[in-house]
Amino acid sequence: MTTITTPTTSRSTSTTATRVLGTVALVLMAWVVVSGLFLTPADVVQLESVRIMYVHVPSAWIAYLAFVTTAVASAISLFRRHRSLGFDRVAGASAEVGVLFMAITLVTGSLWGRLTWGTFWQWDPRLTTTAFLFVTYVGYLAIRRLDGTPRQRARRSAILALLAVLEIPLVHFSVVLWRSLHQEASVLNTDGDVRLDGLMLFTLFSGVIAFSAAFAWFVVHRQRVAAMEDLRLTSGLDVALAERRAEAIPS
Amino acid sequence: MIRRTATAVFRKDLLIEWRSRALLTRVVPFAVLVLVLFAIALDSEPLVLRAGAGLVWMTTLFSALVIVQRSFELERRDGALDVLKTLGVDGTALFLGKAAALIVQLLTLVVILVAGAVVLYGVNVEPSALVLLVTTALLGSCGIGLVGTLYGGLVSGTSGRDTLLPLLLMPVTAPVLIGASRATESAFGGDAIDATTAWAWVGLLAVFVAAFAVAGAVSFGPLLDSDS
Amino acid sequence: MVDVRDAVVTMAGFPALAGATIAVREGDIVVLAGPNGAGKTTLLRLCAGLVAPVRGSARVFGLDVAEQRDEVRSRVGFLGHANGLYGELTTRENVAFHAALVGASRDEVDAALHRLGLGGRLADVPVARLSAGQRRRCALANLVVRRAGLWLLDEPHAGLDATARRELDDTLLAASRSGATIMFASHDLDRLGTLRPRIVRIESGCVTSDSSLRKGAGQ
Repeated sequence: MTTITTPTTSRSTSTTATRVLGTVALVLMAWVVVSGLFLTPADVVQLESVRIMYVHVPSAWIAYLAFVTTAVASAISLFRRHRSLGFDRVAGASAEVGVLFMAITLVTGSLWGRLTWGTFWQWDPRLTTTAFLFVTYVGYLAIRRLDGTPRQRARRSAILALLAVLEIPLVHFSVVLWRSLHQEASVLNTDGDVRLDGLMLFTLFSGVIAFSAAFAWFVVHRQRVAAMEDLRLTSGLDVALAERRAEAIPS
Repeated sequence: MIRRTATAVFRKDLLIEWRSRALLTRVVPFAVLVLVLFAIALDSEPLVLRAGAGLVWMTTLFSALVIVQRSFELERRDGALDVLKTLGVDGTALFLGKAAALIVQLLTLVVILVAGAVVLYGVNVEPSALVLLVTTALLGSCGIGLVGTLYGGLVSGTSGRDTLLPLLLMPVTAPVLIGASRATESAFGGDAIDATTAWAWVGLLAVFVAAFAVAGAVSFGPLLDSDS
Repeated sequence: MVDVRDAVVTMAGFPALAGATIAVREGDIVVLAGPNGAGKTTLLRLCAGLVAPVRGSARVFGLDVAEQRDEVRSRVGFLGHANGLYGELTTRENVAFHAALVGASRDEVDAALHRLGLGGRLADVPVARLSAGQRRRCALANLVVRRAGLWLLDEPHAGLDATARRELDDTLLAASRSGATIMFASHDLDRLGTLRPRIVRIESGCVTSDSSLRKGAGQ
């Protein structure tokens, strides 16, 4: 099993497993593009603009998947001694990829709103919470870039990630409560009145799978690159030790 | 043991604040000035009256950034935090002590700002709304104080702390901003929000405070250790 | 009391300690000598429980510095280059804060201040207005009032004039006689004066010589 999941050459981070994963993702994506753009019907009310849904909904799904992955990996990294740095790297990789998908969610959601309702932003709870999640994760990535040892970085960012798990539901609930005051919630749901027929539903579903596969592929590769970076730091230690001892005058 | 340490830290922080009077002579004038500037920028009396509650809490939030930075700067300046760590001071106690001192300062600020809103914005507070107002001020200060201490500790001693703290703190304090503003708006006699809703917001604030009090108490110790 | 074996401590990947070994008995006064960057500060921080070794081991009071870190820290008094004082508070208030943390009484605060010559007028002056030597002594008063069993001082004599140095040495001797074990770093061995400590040399992250191992070497 390790030969499939561990990089065998020192120059690349791909293995049989990731090649399979990548191919699956590509094929599914191609299908989603074809189906979403050409095969599925336009919506009665929204016409062609409904097609943004095939990008927006899966992206939102991945954004929250990334959030959960970072949180779980951070928790394991904090509470396990063994291989905790590995889980920290997964958390960091997931956050990087997640931020990308959060941005895609926000941009596509905003465009969709513009096409459907004429305004770019509408304070609906899902989009607003995603915006907060996005900013939180930008902050998380910023914390990861501060200098310090890998262990310091792991500890700090793990705590931050777990605090985010606390924060995001609170933010979401606040925004839901807040918008309910204005009683616009039902009107603002861009995908609320889209009737999904069989093919649309299937395309949406494949989109979610395709994006998930892509997410996993990105995270695995990013995590491996990070592992190589950290390896470089520690393998340098023996060399540095030898050099430093050589400087010392023997007693 | 925890209570002894927390009390010592709490008194020490307030004593330093009292000695330097930074809150009273610098932060409060800044905050009141912000209230004035908001009114000028918005340039419409009815608008300002409606926005009064939100402006009070927005200003408190911005001022909190300054107070939190200062709270940790005085630990960093002569390596005091290092010394505290060498004592094996309990992280939870340190968190509770510093948070409590921060909350006292924030509460003072909120009281002054509410008075400022009454004076500058022509807000009227009915006696019946006083309980709501006091509860909101208390819970709002606790909320901001707790997360401020927690995140302040997270970035203290790092090279990015000045710019990182605002970035990290603002999303987290959003629930407090929303909740405290809405409840205060109701206390200020706003028609849009009835008493039941206002107390629902207070409930949200209470949940927030409880959640972060626990989170902070638990994670502050490990947080400090990540610096050694 | 202190038992460090082949400890490797890294700071951002760089091996500040590259396999240091040292053993200190209770009641010893030890000076760590060596050039800047040799690893003296890191060794002191290791014994204080502020850093953990990535290789090797370090035990203080029989406790492992990595596994039982909080216990080690609570029994050790570490003083780095910084004094850890709050400038706006007076000498007495600073020491009283440390006293409050360990539950020491007001009498102990007064005694500590007195022992370090900080009683009287100096006790009520904000620490920011004291001289460097006086601030050093205030930091030491903190150690005294905390009843630390092991004192780890990083270049305590730095920045002090001759009188202040003498006073510092007197303080250290008195502490040693009261049972404290003392390790301090210095790169100026000529001015050790009355202390007559055991001299341990550190260079490039390793212990290169130890005067206690040389019998009859004037110690």
